Amino acid sequence: MTTELTKLSLAETAKGLKNKDFTSKEVTASYLYAIEKAEALNAYVAVTSEQALDMAEQSDARLAKGEGGALEGVPLGIKDLFCTKGVHSQAASHILDGFKPEYESTVTQNLWNDGAVMLGKLNMDEFAMGSSNETSYYGPVINPWRAEGDNKDLVPGGSSGGSAAAVAGWLCAGATATDTGGSIRQPAAFTGTVGIKPTYGRCSRWGVVAFASSLDQAGPIARTVEDCAHLMTSMAGFDPKDSTSVDLAVPDFAAAVERGVKGLTIGVPKEYRVDGMPEEIEKLWHQGLEWLKAEGATIKDISLPHTNYALPAYYIVAPAEASSNLARFDGVKYGLRVAGKDITDMYEQTRAEGFGREVQRRVMIGTYALSAGYYDAYYLRAQKVRTLIKKDFEDVFNEGVDAILTPATPSAAFGVADQEMAKDPIKMYLNDIFTVTVNMAGLPGIAVPAGKDGQGLPLGLQLIGKPFDEETLFAAGRVIEKSHGEDFTPAQWW
Amino acid sequence: MSVDADTVRRIGRLARIKIEENDVEKLQEELNVILGFVDQLSEVDVEGVEPMTSVAPMALRRREDKVTDGGYPEKIVANAPLSEDDFFMVPKVVE
Repeated sequence: MTTELTKLSLAETAKGLKNKDFTSKEVTASYLYAIEKAEALNAYVAVTSEQALDMAEQSDARLAKGEGGALEGVPLGIKDLFCTKGVHSQAASHILDGFKPEYESTVTQNLWNDGAVMLGKLNMDEFAMGSSNETSYYGPVINPWRAEGDNKDLVPGGSSGGSAAAVAGWLCAGATATDTGGSIRQPAAFTGTVGIKPTYGRCSRWGVVAFASSLDQAGPIARTVEDCAHLMTSMAGFDPKDSTSVDLAVPDFAAAVERGVKGLTIGVPKEYRVDGMPEEIEKLWHQGLEWLKAEGATIKDISLPHTNYALPAYYIVAPAEASSNLARFDGVKYGLRVAGKDITDMYEQTRAEGFGREVQRRVMIGTYALSAGYYDAYYLRAQKVRTLIKKDFEDVFNEGVDAILTPATPSAAFGVADQEMAKDPIKMYLNDIFTVTVNMAGLPGIAVPAGKDGQGLPLGLQLIGKPFDEETLFAAGRVIEKSHGEDFTPAQWW
Repeated sequence: MSVDADTVRRIGRLARIKIEENDVEKLQEELNVILGFVDQLSEVDVEGVEPMTSVAPMALRRREDKVTDGGYPEKIVANAPLSEDDFFMVPKVVE
């Protein structure tokens, strides 16, 4: 068995399958073999080999007849947050032990309808709460990237750390992910992959385990901008089962990839120049602007005055919504139950054992923020600040800005069990400083690898777009991808 | 704002998470770090600002008030840690 076929992009894989250069069964078997060899990365929490080969066989039958969908026979990894019928769906939490849903999430169903093959479920931070994939009940995911001349384990970012590591480590052709405060874009930046959080309402949230309902949005992580565009075209779409799903036609996003940026105005927000930002990130940002300018874009200095308040507002809104959403995990309907002396004791013991430390902390903050006497001071105020953050963006878009360029993260990937981060939760939260504003305003954002730091680790840039204008992000992201001239394939050590 | 030890115990009860007595102090410290961080929000002038209640400018859709789903109790209880005759089983709640 070789893993040659796993090195193709998703677009190349789909094309090769259509041309009958190879079969889905061959590609799927190659990926399953690669996954078996990559246990050190801990990217998967469940591998569905039999189901994968079965789906591949069905795809091959359709392909043989010249039929099949846009993703026919393409093997994908699915974040453990998505409910997949009869298959491990536990949000990487202890409290969902043994949960096998009786239903399929809309986003994954859309992918299967287009012919994609499921390889298994991907590791993540528990309930998508984390920025390093270290809060998972199944242990941390290890980044396929290592610093030059160093064999220290690095985090892949989070919460979609399994998705990002699996894509970077050739363990799937593309992956589903979700983003509540940066959970697609930060891991993409840490692993040299491309990730897009679509506009809120673009992808259905039905069947995705809820964290913070007004912020959660599903999206893809893949190796190229084009691959992401193909996946998003399949994942997106109106769903009557999600009341916040938007009834809007889904364009062929891949058709926008080579559109270029000629005539576009790209905003540069001064508030994103944060104190202590490493010089190499500042340089990369500047370089990104030069690339876009060279392709015909106009650069404009802008101001988003409430940027600094996005992260603190997020740490009220997200925990508040989480405390409400996670109330359903009570030891009665599914998953773990710890016996107690009465029903209340059973609830309390189950949730104390079933939730990890970070989840407990956030549920408690949310419970406090929503409790009698504190609602106005915390939750209501945070939602008002959110209105101001959204208005900042609306103002610059009204002034003719088409998209905004920022760094994706304040640093490259850091070490597993980083002492500084473990000591101070705020340090970990600051990973999302550039990405969280986008969720608060419901906008689309894409992270594209753009350069490397002094240790040879990938760094990403983020583009923020107008509501439902993901096409411009794909076009501008592609310009950065074409311009960087770097090789974003990690040296294989596992 | 910050929380004291009693408030930590009360939040634990409200959140239905059992808090061990020897963990109260550590949790209090952790929660206060986060609450200290979000205190920045009090600097913002929100006078006359409406709270954000909808991310996309749209009214919530309504549908006809009729049963559209259901009729499969065995699937509903399929994942329950304890069930009997399509009922969820819990410890006795009334004497």
